[in-house]
Amino acid sequence: MTRSDWYYRLREHRATLSAAAIFVLLFALYIGKHQVGWTTPVLTTAANKGVLLAIVAMAQTLVVLTGGIDLSVGMVFVLANCVASHLVIGTPLQTAMGVVAVLLTGTLCGLVNGVIIVFGRLQPIITTLATGIVYYGLALGLRPVPGGNVQADLADALTEALPGGIPAMLAVLLAVVVLIWIPYRRSTLGRSALAIGSSEAATYMSGVSIGRTKIVTYTLAGLLASIGGLLLTFVTFSGEASSAIGSVYTLNSIAAVVIGGTVLSGGAGSAIGSIFGAFALRTIGDLLFVFDLEPLWQPLFQGIVLLTAVSFGAVRLLGVRNRLDLYR
Amino acid sequence: MTTLALRFRSSEHLPVAVGAVCTLGLLLVGSLYSKNFLSIDYILLQLQIASFLGVIATGAMLVILLGGIDLSVPWVVTVGGMMSAAAAGWWGETGAVFAIPFGILCGAALGLINGIGVAYLRVPSMIFTLGINAVAQGLIVLQTGGFAPQDRATTAMHALATGRSFLGLPNALLVWGGIGAATIFMLRRTTLGRSIYAVGNSERAAYLSGVDTRRVTLLCFVIAGACSAAAGVLLTGYSTKAYQAMGDAYQLPAIAAVVLGGTNILGGQGSYMGTVVGVILITLLQSILSVVQISEMGRQVTYGVVIIGMLLLYGRGRRHSA
Repeated sequence: MTRSDWYYRLREHRATLSAAAIFVLLFALYIGKHQVGWTTPVLTTAANKGVLLAIVAMAQTLVVLTGGIDLSVGMVFVLANCVASHLVIGTPLQTAMGVVAVLLTGTLCGLVNGVIIVFGRLQPIITTLATGIVYYGLALGLRPVPGGNVQADLADALTEALPGGIPAMLAVLLAVVVLIWIPYRRSTLGRSALAIGSSEAATYMSGVSIGRTKIVTYTLAGLLASIGGLLLTFVTFSGEASSAIGSVYTLNSIAAVVIGGTVLSGGAGSAIGSIFGAFALRTIGDLLFVFDLEPLWQPLFQGIVLLTAVSFGAVRLLGVRNRLDLYR
Repeated sequence: MTTLALRFRSSEHLPVAVGAVCTLGLLLVGSLYSKNFLSIDYILLQLQIASFLGVIATGAMLVILLGGIDLSVPWVVTVGGMMSAAAAGWWGETGAVFAIPFGILCGAALGLINGIGVAYLRVPSMIFTLGINAVAQGLIVLQTGGFAPQDRATTAMHALATGRSFLGLPNALLVWGGIGAATIFMLRRTTLGRSIYAVGNSERAAYLSGVDTRRVTLLCFVIAGACSAAAGVLLTGYSTKAYQAMGDAYQLPAIAAVVLGGTNILGGQGSYMGTVVGVILITLLQSILSVVQISEMGRQVTYGVVIIGMLLLYGRGRRHSA
């Protein structure tokens, strides 16, 4: 009895576990080849880069689970970075107010996305494409040229290691998971979101408030993206309105979601998988360094790894008995 | 009268009509700013610039009609431009002759891989084309990183993109016209066209009616790759040089133009005339925003808000199609 229980649990989290396995494998390779190896500075640097993408990928996951997509996630990230480079400075009280303002900005961006998608009845992909342009414009208004500053003590505390050698960023990530993802996933809201991703029509028939669920989901995605942008400020100590950074994060977040085992059509997956997907993606980039390949190889290498990872899904096609199951 | 209005609302002419009205509105707003906006020269110049986006949007539309999306536009455009210019550099005189087909062929090859991934490996198009985009970028970076190929446009490319041979119409516009006419014919009068709409509406149903849906998908992606690369060739001719990231500015406008033209982003519905209107609309909007003296912030915000506003006018979905 218990054994079968475990079996089903493992099956449910198969995708997340394989994403974690991919990451562990890649990271072991990285550490093994690294000149210095398993030391606090190496781990902290890796964590600082990985957590930024992981949080943006979590934001993307929430939306993808409902069957939508958020192409503005990178731009909210950039906008939050620019807001933070203005406001998160000064006395502890001012800094705290600044942090709240940054998070509110992201939440508001997400809310706007959700409201347009639900009440405007527009498709998420095109809505967020357009709102992304708007958010980027706002970021440009705040930071026409890169610059600004951030509260140094807080930034140092968050980007270095905790006593015991654990990178502080990982603790932040854990806090985000515990405070946002787990309550969301366990609530009716999270269940409704997954149900919408599986079948919007059936969910509607079951009396779930689709509009409210979607709005809250997009709002949370905005909040998460702004947490990412805030952390970016702590890493770079400045704000930059760069559309390149925004689109790189948007695209990588989608890639991380897919590697993390979340289905792009929605309804199945987990933000935890996306976290490992994001970590794996970051490690791939770093692998080139330790293998002494020229940086020129990086885009090609990343592209090929991404294509290989997603093409593995094709293995399941071999087991399809009825050809019709291939098509939706 | 009401039935007529209702029929009009549900037909595919509505986006075309509203788009055309918005285009005229934009021109009038522009003419308040400067008289030049209503001159033939200005309009022809805008149409010439619109042709680059138009060629890309043609491919993007075919993929969107299937219910997919092509995110590999930026670097496939760059591949088209770079490889055609490089071909001229590698093989001298003969290379110059083959430059244009060679560039387009490279794009079609990337489109072929896209198609194989999406149609046969059943990977969602959004993620597979994203991967191909990275691969295309990687190949170009490697190719230009090791040694510098010739990146100047050949005279033929230059003439194709900037010349005006027939009745003073820009050649680029004629190219777009040719591609557009072929696409309209293909979509309306051939089995392939019908199959594209069928696949976009329900791939299962299309499969059961005997359409080789995978081949249709493959073909659309090949055409999309070729279109993007062709636009890259034109762009190279227009700016006399191929450069890295030359296609970056075209991904969002291409999708926006197709959707503003009334094509359903979920596939299966849309007319090419709508895309034409969408392309002209986006080009005019960009042109007017670049002339009007407001900050870059104002430009971006207005651009985004106008797109959403127009979509809210006529691009709204049904209430619950349960």
